[in-house]
Amino acid sequence: MSVEQALVLRGVRYRYAGADRFALDGVDLVVRPGEVVGVTGPSDAGKSTLCLVAAGLAPGTIAGVLEGSVTVDGIETRDQRPHEHAQQAGVLFQNPATQLSGTSRYVWEEVAFGPRNLGLPLGDVVARVEAALAALHIGHFGERDPARLSGGQGQLVALASVLAVGPRYLVLDEPTSQLDPQGTRLVGDALAGIADTGQTGIVLVEHKTDLLAALCSRVLVLGGGRGVREGPAAEVLADAGLHDLGVEPPSAVRLRARLAAAGVSVPEQAFAEAAA
Amino acid sequence: MSAITFEGVGFVYPDGTRALRDVSFSVEPGQRVAIVGQNGSGKSTLVRQLNGLLRPTEGRVLIDDREVGRRHVAELARSVGLAFQNPDRQIFAARVRKEVEFGPRNLGLRGADLQRVVNEALVLVGLAADAETNPYDLGFSRRKLLALASILAMETPIVVLDEPTTGQDARGVDRVESIVRHLAGLGRTVIGISHDLRFVAETFERVVVMRGGGVILDGPPATVFVEANWPLLASTHLVPPFAARFAARLGISGAVTDDSVVAALAARSSG
Repeated sequence: MSVEQALVLRGVRYRYAGADRFALDGVDLVVRPGEVVGVTGPSDAGKSTLCLVAAGLAPGTIAGVLEGSVTVDGIETRDQRPHEHAQQAGVLFQNPATQLSGTSRYVWEEVAFGPRNLGLPLGDVVARVEAALAALHIGHFGERDPARLSGGQGQLVALASVLAVGPRYLVLDEPTSQLDPQGTRLVGDALAGIADTGQTGIVLVEHKTDLLAALCSRVLVLGGGRGVREGPAAEVLADAGLHDLGVEPPSAVRLRARLAAAGVSVPEQAFAEAAA
Repeated sequence: MSAITFEGVGFVYPDGTRALRDVSFSVEPGQRVAIVGQNGSGKSTLVRQLNGLLRPTEGRVLIDDREVGRRHVAELARSVGLAFQNPDRQIFAARVRKEVEFGPRNLGLRGADLQRVVNEALVLVGLAADAETNPYDLGFSRRKLLALASILAMETPIVVLDEPTTGQDARGVDRVESIVRHLAGLGRTVIGISHDLRFVAETFERVVVMRGGGVILDGPPATVFVEANWPLLASTHLVPPFAARFAARLGISGAVTDDSVVAALAARSSG
């Protein structure tokens, strides 16, 4: 039997050290290369914990108890060392300031930090940095100071530094929550471009369901540490119960529901045109 | 008497970066005013002029017709409460209740009066059950509501909320909306900074759009988000709310929220 090329969570439960309840309490998720899977849900539903577990940081770095299985291309993450796992699943957090090393004077150097720590030959480091910056269209940032970038630019540099490590899967924990609309668009376009190469699978945790609707093929809604909805993005995001689950529906879905409730019919074309 | 008046306000940071240029507008007591614009457009610098965190390098800022520049920060704290975008910049106590008590206690409240304002603030933000919790055992979105409660408990006539919906889920956004309305209902002036233009259109009665340190648009949401202004909004990377774009497609003028679109279409189909 061939090994499935995917990041797979099966029956995952996770309890932080010292906590009395499971932050994740039975979650299943499959992400294949080239796919963007959205994860949303109310606060404290377990979204960030899911990111830490999928990226191998919990329990690897953050103490706790993991039950179930987390595999990357068939390999259990708990059997791997951190540098091995980092090359398979890279994680990006909300605030680029928590992610950037703070020790680099230039963006180029910052993005080189990961590949250099893998002990790669200099030529490979250069190639990876150039490729990561090019993939996000930020080659011209190379000589900028990472500390003097806007939020959106900083997040792109943080994303480039993750890409340079060469992971097959990206785990993104609300990557646009601290960004303005332009920054959100920059990151959204970058993620679409990465997914389009077909080489990288993306887990995207977001409250912004308009962004999920634009980028994702499938969506998982978490509630109380469990998956409460899962399926094609268009179906899950149109679920009439979404708001009651603590998730703001996409703008178009919300307005469509209000119009239907008022008995007003509008050609579907108008929604598509307004979204464009 | 205006609650807030900006008169030709300019501000240059010590490193020479100009953050505000010739900002002039006033806000009436009880008004709900949103300030929108890209990062770096001057929004946060502008609101920091209100409580003396920054002082204008040109022009004047007046609160209740008295110039801010001449007043002590401690006195301004009675007039203006400012909830930061990042709650961790203001949270320091070991218990939620202690955190919320800090502001009003500094204003001189004690005993039953202190307990009343603290309890009311905790109920408003939905943290009444967490009064004895350590703030850092709360998730980010609830720490943010805690920071908001600390400001509400000071019962200032002017409340400034910097990105209050960031990181909030649907219930959190609903809660922030109802808090803004509640405050305005009490006659308190609310200034909100936000990137979420749907939230802005539905919650505020006036929108001030900033670009490059100056004001480029100022008016009710239904005026600011009309199609004629879209190129100007696009010049600072702002996209009007979905409802406004939808309404424009259907030739409905002046509708920029779901409610107003539904009302306009219902009237059209019955008429």
